[in-house]
Amino acid sequence: MIAHAENIPRGRHPLVQFIARWVLTTNHKEIGTLYLCLSFTLFMIAGAMAMLFRLELAQPGLQFVTANFYNQTVTLHGLIMVFGAVMPAFVGLANWMIPMMIGAPDMALPRLNNFSFWILPFAFFMLLSTLFMEGGAPNFGWTLYAPLSTTYGPPSTDFLIFGIHLMGISSVLGAINIIVTIFNLRAPGMTLMKMPLFVWTWLITAFLLIMVMPVLAGAVTMMLTDRHFGTSFFSAAGGGDPLLFQHVFWFFGHPEVYILILPGFGIASQIIPTFSRKKLFGYRSMVYATVSIAILSFIVWGHHMFATGMPLVAELFFMYATMLIAIPTGVKVFNWVATMWRGSLTFETPMLFALGFVVMFTIGGLSGLMLAIVPADFQYHDTFFVVAHLHYVLYPGAIFATMGAVYYWLPKWTGNMYNERLGKIHFWIAVVGLNVTFFPMHFVGLAGMPRRIVDYSLPFSDLNLVSSIGAGFLGLSQLLFLYIVVQTIRGGEKATDQVWEGAEGLEWTIPSPAPHHTFETPPHVE
Amino acid sequence: MSDTPRYYVPHSSVWPIVGSVALFLTAFGAANFVQQSTVKVATATGSFGAPIFYTGLALIAFMMFGWFGTVIRESLKGMVSGLLDRSYRMAMFWFIVSEVMFFAAFFGTLFYARIISVPWLAGAGSNLETHLHLWPDFADTWPLFMTPGGTATEAMEAWGLPFINTVILVTSSVTVTFAHWALKKNRRLPLQIWLAITVILGTTFVVLQAIEYIDAYNELGLTLGSGIYGSTFFMLTGFHGAHVTLGATMLAVMWLRTLKGHFTPDNHFAFEAASWYWHFVDVIWLFLFTFVYWF
Amino acid sequence: MTSITNRVQSFLILAVLWVFSQNASAQMFDMRRGVTDMSQRVQSLHHLIFGICVVVGAIVFIVMFYSIIAHRRSKHPEPAKFHESTAVEVVWTLIPTLILIGAAVPATMTLIDIEDNSDADLTVLITASQWKWHYQYVEAGIGFYSNLTTPLEQINNVDPKGEYYLLEVDNPLVLPTNLKVRFLTTSDDVIHSWWVPDFAVKQDAIPGFINEAWTRVNTPGVYRGQCTELCGMNHAFMPVVVEVRSEEDFLSWIDDQRLANELAGEAAVAARSRDWTMAELMPMGEDVFLTHCATCHQPDGMGQGIKYPALAGGVIPTGPVEAHLERVMNGLAETEMQAWAPQLSDLELAAVITYERNAWGNDTGDVVQPLTVYSAR
Ligand code: HEA
Ligand code: HEA
Ligand code: HEC
Ligand code: CUA
Ligand SMILES: [Cu+2]
Repeated sequence: MIAHAENIPRGRHPLVQFIARWVLTTNHKEIGTLYLCLSFTLFMIAGAMAMLFRLELAQPGLQFVTANFYNQTVTLHGLIMVFGAVMPAFVGLANWMIPMMIGAPDMALPRLNNFSFWILPFAFFMLLSTLFMEGGAPNFGWTLYAPLSTTYGPPSTDFLIFGIHLMGISSVLGAINIIVTIFNLRAPGMTLMKMPLFVWTWLITAFLLIMVMPVLAGAVTMMLTDRHFGTSFFSAAGGGDPLLFQHVFWFFGHPEVYILILPGFGIASQIIPTFSRKKLFGYRSMVYATVSIAILSFIVWGHHMFATGMPLVAELFFMYATMLIAIPTGVKVFNWVATMWRGSLTFETPMLFALGFVVMFTIGGLSGLMLAIVPADFQYHDTFFVVAHLHYVLYPGAIFATMGAVYYWLPKWTGNMYNERLGKIHFWIAVVGLNVTFFPMHFVGLAGMPRRIVDYSLPFSDLNLVSSIGAGFLGLSQLLFLYIVVQTIRGGEKATDQVWEGAEGLEWTIPSPAPHHTFETPPHVE
Repeated sequence: MSDTPRYYVPHSSVWPIVGSVALFLTAFGAANFVQQSTVKVATATGSFGAPIFYTGLALIAFMMFGWFGTVIRESLKGMVSGLLDRSYRMAMFWFIVSEVMFFAAFFGTLFYARIISVPWLAGAGSNLETHLHLWPDFADTWPLFMTPGGTATEAMEAWGLPFINTVILVTSSVTVTFAHWALKKNRRLPLQIWLAITVILGTTFVVLQAIEYIDAYNELGLTLGSGIYGSTFFMLTGFHGAHVTLGATMLAVMWLRTLKGHFTPDNHFAFEAASWYWHFVDVIWLFLFTFVYWF
Repeated sequence: MTSITNRVQSFLILAVLWVFSQNASAQMFDMRRGVTDMSQRVQSLHHLIFGICVVVGAIVFIVMFYSIIAHRRSKHPEPAKFHESTAVEVVWTLIPTLILIGAAVPATMTLIDIEDNSDADLTVLITASQWKWHYQYVEAGIGFYSNLTTPLEQINNVDPKGEYYLLEVDNPLVLPTNLKVRFLTTSDDVIHSWWVPDFAVKQDAIPGFINEAWTRVNTPGVYRGQCTELCGMNHAFMPVVVEVRSEEDFLSWIDDQRLANELAGEAAVAARSRDWTMAELMPMGEDVFLTHCATCHQPDGMGQGIKYPALAGGVIPTGPVEAHLERVMNGLAETEMQAWAPQLSDLELAAVITYERNAWGNDTGDVVQPLTVYSAR
């Protein structure tokens, strides 16, 4: 993206140079780019799987895939979207932006940074290779519940387990790097309470990652020993409990979903003030809300297990704790609205994505709140209502935020403006596609359609067809996005350093495209 | 502005990619390797795993040598500013936090088994039906001498080898601190001696643990397969043992480096990192001793 | 409050109805009301929380869209400067808190009642396995398996799909109205979940543990649900069907079952008291095979991949009869191959084993007699 060749061995074949540059790099911008490319590739792969099983679900009956293969694609779709598309996208943005936003020369530990990235392609190669193994890919859902994944899991499960170990190592090392960068490399005068919210949210996210990725590693390790070394963690006959797996998994899993959203909150908090031409409303309360969400996220995991027969007190505890999360999240939503209030708003593509984010994330959040009501969850649980919830928080939450961020910062990265008209078209196709795909899922869920089923009874047919058509649009919109980004990288109207007139922050003080080393000597922040 | 020293950003490096390949080979090999231990699936994917796994491990070792070697050289050249040193320290701290959480998962498991799953299987709380219909003969004890499925085992006695090991490990935490003091006062000989003692104590710990395992398997019938008691016992002590081995290796490397004259009273991050790690391993053991062996 | 939320909500439902389709019933867009007091309480709870969400969402979006329209740059070129107010922060922390308490109170009360499993009139032990339900009436001492009956031709789009496509079984669970029925759920293999939306009962079936739930149904009828926990390949094909009858009908049904059990016992005695020919057993065996075994081993006996072994030319089906009997009757622990001895009669077992030994070119010529099976039990 940015041309510079200072530390590349000269006099070699250009291809060797190219590979050497990207494989050996220690530059945060190049590593950020790598992360983003990997993330988009995996997003396409997982999305293509969604296309495939949406096609199967378009009509009742078995048309395109076997029941077993259906389960495999759903599992890989979930796993790759979560670990391959969203997390690397956020880490990529963190790599690009955090040093620029806090006035640092680079990430604190550049070699470690490269290491964190290059573990990932191998990990996902391993995960995807399971599709071609005898017995097929893992087919027990991204939640990996035992004993379906232990006693009854296909042989490829072991590759999944070690793949998750690799992803975990990568995430933890990446998170350490980000925390250290934020704590240690801020420019003089950049106090914690002056940091842009994107940096704040990433700080918290990194903390969550360090706290929960090792727990997931522990969970899959127990899976491994149960499978091969005769332990009985998840088997009642040995005194263990299949539910133990769920507890450990969700102790990781719920903070994980906030890992998938907090950086998105940060992005919205950068974009909305810019295009409202007004400072972010309630900066402090935004920070406190983020911290409270993170703390609460450790004590709500049981809300995924209401139907497992937990004792009444546990159900009540988890219900109350879960409902509490609505409060800090609400504070965030209200602050965004208050930021817009009496601003001077314009609606460039990043702003559109940020607004789409706020609206649809709120819908998803509210359906989350409904799920938290235990008696009602007995009816919602493991139906498409949950699928609707999770896509409303994840698609607008994580994917819209990332895309908004890309539109927002792409001019800074490449020096070129993207095509505003196409950007807007992309947004509108995506919004329509998204709602047509996922809104009907609420209704099929309420009407009683379980999730993870390859075939369904007749009353669900119409709405499933609608969903599948919407998914097609959603798929097309991604191709448009790819086109726009490639076009911008190749050229276009030159961007100014400021790019957006309302934007504030250190990243806008440096030239567009950003120079190879951002702040060789730290800037001074007032 | 120029009072902040220029932060050292290394140029490109091969070690990360070597490390990634190494990790990949290890993981990929291991995934196949473990399958050979299970008759059920051994036929499925053949057995190409072992050589890949060992190659991966060797490559990891090679990468560590190379990578840390580079860092040491940079440090000796004085390229490490105070700021970078702080980065290293913070990184090590958060790494240890992540390790703590890894152990937390297994401690959580232990408590879950003791407080929830075993009593429930024996009918506690609202689980009378579980007891009556499924496991009528099962009684709630800890250590779990007889699993619901009928596997019997004996428990590991706390006040034998485990207690000796506790003493050893606590002592070694003290000796490594003595070594650190010596280093701070730049007294090289005591530094080397205390460090050597620490390494020896660590090694002894591992050897005693191995003896304990042999005893468990041969005399007590306590194995990975003897129900949740055996599972948690070996998982916790096993991962701890692996960490002790790693920590002792780190300290041994530090010892070699002191012999080569590395470290100064105010620049010895690697030494401190190793000793923090050692203290962490020690604290984990205290919890282990308390909850796995004693109560 | 409720009347407003109800109105908003019905408006929304109507709007959505209008947008989507003319032939789907209103049922499609709402949680089912169900046929128990509890399911109706759960539905009201759903309406309450849904109403809250609609109102909260509406307020947020109205304010937001007002701002989008009124404060766009062309209308409002000079942005205001304010960016902080502790007062409003407190307000919009407190109001949601109060709303949440308002939702938590009825939820708590309903939950407490749901979890009260005491004083049941009747207990049913539900044991799940891949992919069927085993119902046992604990007091009456009877039990049976409940399997999907939708034919493969419908699933594979060869035949037109029936009205209750995928929601039909051979033996539905039969329950009485008005009595408190307690369900004990457990599983033989992986986690399943027993769900009847019209009862608002969803309870995971966990291997090695028993969960409790209960219902009291008001109206007779047939109620359908599905397994809702991913339980392997055929998770989509594991329906729950409950037939609720009046108390008298239920009692006489129980008697019928007892009688049927006795008759089956006599039939079994009759079956093993004579020798059966290959020609008699083969069609019977094919039937049993297609109903019970073909999902895994496939109708042509070719199995699926490494996990489900091919029986055509398989080691066991062409090997000694004893091993074959043993594998089919007792299954193999820790695999999907379950024990069939409790599920099938002597005759059925004899027939299916004979079939496997002679179909698909296995041609061993062995004929397995019910008596052999009986003595192997
Ligand atoms: C980005 C990811 C993300 C986020 C942010 C959330 C956010 C929330 N989630 Fe969600 N959730 C998932 C991802 C996420 N979830 C996934 C992936 C699953 C399925 C996992 C699986 O099984 O595969 C899941 C499942 C799930 C369940 C389990 C359902 C089941 O299986 O039965 C529950 C139950 O309580 C739940 C609740 C919530 C709640 C209360 C929030 C809250 O944080 C939401 C808070 C936000 C708001 C409430 C909106 C804004 C607030 C206001 C406007 C203020 C005023 C509001 C009121 C006072 C009403 N989620
Ligand atoms: C960030 C997370 C994320 C994202 C972005 C998505 C995106 C999508 N998801 Fe996913 N989903 C999950 C996370 C996510 N999902 C999780 C965690 C689960 C639970 C898994 C489990 O149960 O274990 C799940 C489950 C899930 C289900 C439920 C399956 C089941 O229970 O049976 C469905 C069903 O429709 C679905 C659909 C989709 C669709 C249509 C998209 C679309 O948005 C995808 C759009 C993207 C593309 C389409 C790719 C780009 C285009 C191309 C590759 C070109 C080809 C295009 C065409 C042929 C048109 N998802
Ligand atoms: C839920 C899936 C499933 C169903 C239903 C099923 N089986 Fe199996 N069967 C298996 C699996 C899995 C194995 C392999 C067990 C192993 O050896 O790992 C197996 C193995 C066998 C074998 C041994 C094959 C060999 O050569 O090793 C026989 C015989 C057999 N099944 C007969 C039957 C009969 C008869 C029925 C029906 C009454 C049946 N199966 C129903 C899953 C199933
Ligand atoms: Cu049984 Cu799903
Ligand atoms: Cu959650």
